[in-house]
Amino acid sequence: MSAKRSGPSLVRIWEATLAGMFLIILWQGVVWVTEVESFILPGPLEVAAALRDHAGLILHHALITAAEVVAGLALGVAAGILTALHLTMSRRGRKLLMPALVMSQTIPVFALAPLLTLWLGYGLASKIAMAILIVYFPVTSTFLDGLQNTPRGYLDLARTMRSPSRSTLMQIRVPAAVPALASGIKLAAVYAPIGAVIGEWVGASNGLGYLMLLANGRVKIDLMFAALIALCVLTVALRAAVGLACNRAVEWSGLADRT
Amino acid sequence: MTPGLRLEGDFAYGGRTLFRNLALDLAPGEWTCLLGSSGIGKSTLLRLIAGLETGGAFAGSIAASDRQPVEGRIAYMAQSDLLLPWLTVRHNVSLGARLRKEPPDRSRIERLIREVGLASHIDSKPGQLSGGMRQRCALARTLMEDTPMVLLDEPFSALDPATRRQMQTLAASTLRGRTVLLVTHDPGEALRLGGRIYAMSQNGLDRFDLPPCESIRELDDPSVMDIQARIFSVLHS
Repeated sequence: MSAKRSGPSLVRIWEATLAGMFLIILWQGVVWVTEVESFILPGPLEVAAALRDHAGLILHHALITAAEVVAGLALGVAAGILTALHLTMSRRGRKLLMPALVMSQTIPVFALAPLLTLWLGYGLASKIAMAILIVYFPVTSTFLDGLQNTPRGYLDLARTMRSPSRSTLMQIRVPAAVPALASGIKLAAVYAPIGAVIGEWVGASNGLGYLMLLANGRVKIDLMFAALIALCVLTVALRAAVGLACNRAVEWSGLADRT
Repeated sequence: MTPGLRLEGDFAYGGRTLFRNLALDLAPGEWTCLLGSSGIGKSTLLRLIAGLETGGAFAGSIAASDRQPVEGRIAYMAQSDLLLPWLTVRHNVSLGARLRKEPPDRSRIERLIREVGLASHIDSKPGQLSGGMRQRCALARTLMEDTPMVLLDEPFSALDPATRRQMQTLAASTLRGRTVLLVTHDPGEALRLGGRIYAMSQNGLDRFDLPPCESIRELDDPSVMDIQARIFSVLHS
């Protein structure tokens, strides 16, 4: 089984490496051809030098952003799961909350960042809150969708077995909805860093978003790009870890994806 | 004593009457087979007895011959095996007890799994089993419920002929003594397994009682062939 899996995963790493090398070559090519000033678009070598020279600084800010993202993701996923479970169990809750939940999506979450900073301050809390807000809806809606689409045969079987509704929910509907929830969590893993960084842009004294603004203000564009690359690495690593955990959880369904 | 069951009444779906004044009798401890073309209402009858959602309106009665409630004394096996893919064979077989939060009877679970020939797959998940093995696991789950009445909704129709025949033999021996309703569109299957056959058509139900038989009936018996011809004429009328 593992041998079968290691083959395709090596191919994927090779494909990703090739794509990355292509982008770097393209980037260097644009810099050479356009002869653009390095304070507008630094080349990959300059950015690599900035990464090397400011590694400690970048790591310090990356760890803070990572803490915000992981906390926001965990709390947002937990809130989404609890909401979907509540909406599934309570018809009244569904009637009251669902329209409000859908309406809330018409408010751009980014526009709330200044308010969250005002209410929760410049520390971690406002960034975690932004990450929670941005991941909450995809998790809630995908899990709820999964819970409401349990195969009818399973429910028939549970009924003829005289299963109490709570047992049917916890032992049949929830596990059957895990693949849908996994899709929502994978989306959330990509969205959470966006939330945290927007929070940092609006008001922070730490984090990669703050470092990018600081570098931009001091025309240290190579450092800004270096922080951006650190953010990309953070997001890709988080998405890969979450994807791995989700795929393991839904292995039985045959829906574990390649990403 | 295994009870029989009687269903009588009318059923309408979306304003259209599916059947009127229909009476279906399940003989105690025997296999009753319900034959008919697709869409005639066979599965609806089975779902009514099982107390499942039908989407229509039933006016009539469903009663066990011992006057005890039907609910809670019925096990159900569908065309699709309905095995939960995240559970092992062992946990699928004991699903009913798990759902009702009853302590699982481990020795009985293992005995039933052995009986259906899945002892070496007890900790496998459904995804690792063949179609026939999955249906055997579903049969063990049905037997685990240990109910006097068993409803089978085309449980063997998705299997290849050889596996289907094996499953029919296994089901006939393991469900002996229970009141069984088998919904099928295969007259051969009904003749092999049934003590009584109902052919369902637009005109209602036609009943055929077959000669008693210890296990699976051979179809080359002249009396069986005669009944087969009569069933075909009803189904094609």
